[in-house]
Amino acid sequence: MSTILKIAVRNLTRYTRRTLLTATLISIGVIFVIVFGGLASSFKNSMINVITGSLLADIQIHKKGYVESIDNLPLNIFLSTAETTEATKIISGKPNVVASSPRIKFSAMLSNYAQTSGVRLVAIYPDKEIKTCPDLVQRIKGRKDLSSIVNPGEILVPELLFKGLSLKLGDEIVVVATNRDGAVNGVTLRVAGYSEGVMGPSGKDGYIHIEDATSLLRMETPEISEIAIKLKEFKYLSSSYKKLADTINGDTFEVHTWEQLTPFSTIVKIVDVLILMVRVILTSIVLVSIMNIMMMSVYERIGEIGMIAALGTLPKQILSIFFLEGILLGLISTVVGVIVAVVILSILTITKLEFKFGSMNIALTPGIPWSEMLITVTIVMVISAIATLQPAIKASKLEPVDALGHV
Amino acid sequence: MALIELKNVNKKYHSGEVIVNAARDITLEITEGSFVAFVGPSGSGKSTLLNLVGCLDMPTSGSISILGTKVDSLDRVARAKFRGDHLGFIFQNFSLIPVLTVYENIEYPLVMVKNLPKEERQEKVRSLLEKVGMLDQMNKYPNQISGGQKQRAAVARALVSNPKIVLADEPTANLDSESAMQVIKVMHRMQEELGTTFIFSTHDQKIVEEAEIIYHLKDGVIVDRIDRKLRA
Repeated sequence: MSTILKIAVRNLTRYTRRTLLTATLISIGVIFVIVFGGLASSFKNSMINVITGSLLADIQIHKKGYVESIDNLPLNIFLSTAETTEATKIISGKPNVVASSPRIKFSAMLSNYAQTSGVRLVAIYPDKEIKTCPDLVQRIKGRKDLSSIVNPGEILVPELLFKGLSLKLGDEIVVVATNRDGAVNGVTLRVAGYSEGVMGPSGKDGYIHIEDATSLLRMETPEISEIAIKLKEFKYLSSSYKKLADTINGDTFEVHTWEQLTPFSTIVKIVDVLILMVRVILTSIVLVSIMNIMMMSVYERIGEIGMIAALGTLPKQILSIFFLEGILLGLISTVVGVIVAVVILSILTITKLEFKFGSMNIALTPGIPWSEMLITVTIVMVISAIATLQPAIKASKLEPVDALGHV
Repeated sequence: MALIELKNVNKKYHSGEVIVNAARDITLEITEGSFVAFVGPSGSGKSTLLNLVGCLDMPTSGSISILGTKVDSLDRVARAKFRGDHLGFIFQNFSLIPVLTVYENIEYPLVMVKNLPKEERQEKVRSLLEKVGMLDQMNKYPNQISGGQKQRAAVARALVSNPKIVLADEPTANLDSESAMQVIKVMHRMQEELGTTFIFSTHDQKIVEEAEIIYHLKDGVIVDRIDRKLRA
């Protein structure tokens, strides 16, 4: 084996320039995939964190049929108190659930006595909501005491309306809503702050306390439009969702992950597709480069192959010489690529790239994506093996008499 | 008993649309320890005959028996093993492996074919390097030595695994006359010291003079056989 390895290594250094060019091409591909993958994954994770940590939470439970009418914010597809209690009991029994927050979502009119505007309100229990969406606090502006983001009698107005209606902190405004029986009711609330939309100033989500919503919508006890759930370990989202969906009564409830509730999941999927595309490009680079260099290598050394075959070298040994050569080329290029990529990613992590996506503050801290590296190394090695196999088999199948006579 | 026995061997191959009869009804016997030359002009069938005896090619018809083994019935892998075990080769174009040193080239059959331990290999390689006068060149690569030195290294490699038969296709064709004679003398000495059978092809008359048995070939047919031992 050591002689085969020796021959393979020395043959790589025999055509130094050609080997260096191919190795550089593969290394650049590896660097690009790992750095791009690291940045893209960091962007994706940051985006998911913002959306799940301040808006949707990880999983939501609704009354069956609610989500298909979600744009209308229907008032007649709510979970009753008994159903909410049943769902909460099931949720609390799940080991990966860390918190849950019942919400009432409804449309209302908001007036400062001079102007009126439509608004979408989310009624919450502040303590439960903060445990479920801890990053919501970062979207609340103007409120000094953030230990409770909204108290009974207070309202957090969407930023757009806050500015559009020229509101000030402490102003009193009237919120008018229709309940499910068609009765209109109003309540006066004090502006305690304003909330930034996730996607920018176009968002119209305001927050009030659930007690005020119960009173405004003339409910005897709170009826809930959704229960938001935060998981202890986000990576177990799929299994946690499945367990919850399997346990809960499907005739009464419906369970959705955050991905099913927001178009942002499409962006996440696009990022995944981009990573996949970059991997496909890398695969093509490795395949074509190594196959090309190995085919040239076999063609140039036909006489040499004939000579070693004449000396009694077995076909499988000839195959090993060429196979090892291609594998070594892939391995060396990958190792160099991985080292350079780690250096680049470490620099990027230290410098911490920050930018705004909509109104989301995204900080790219890619870290070292070990799984991405493992996938990339595996791809390069597998493709190197595939690309080398055909020329290596060709070399091993050459008849010595034909190979020796090759000019 | 004959070491090599060819009976009614024919070899035809296609060259475009033309069928070439490279060997026609060849029957010969070569005994152990002979120094044999296949002589003839280009296209006479010398190399074809060497390739058949060296198990590098298969006859179209007829039988070839070497050391009692009917080699024409062996498959590709078995022929490769047979070559490694019993035959040594010297090629016209100084076919040393360019990425290995002279020492490593000579050691190659012992590692790849015989799989001998390092100490045993070292002893054999050094002994042969000394015999062919290449001990001082052993760490050089083929591109750092002369043509004559390459052929002497090739002779050492052909002999390192103690083969019964060494086949050399025009071993002196690319050498000046002085180097050519040196190589032939080395081969001769090895034949005498080790009892190895040497079979080579050549059209160099000076080299032919060194052979004990000479087969003259023309158009794939043996037209004459001269045994100098008998004459002497």
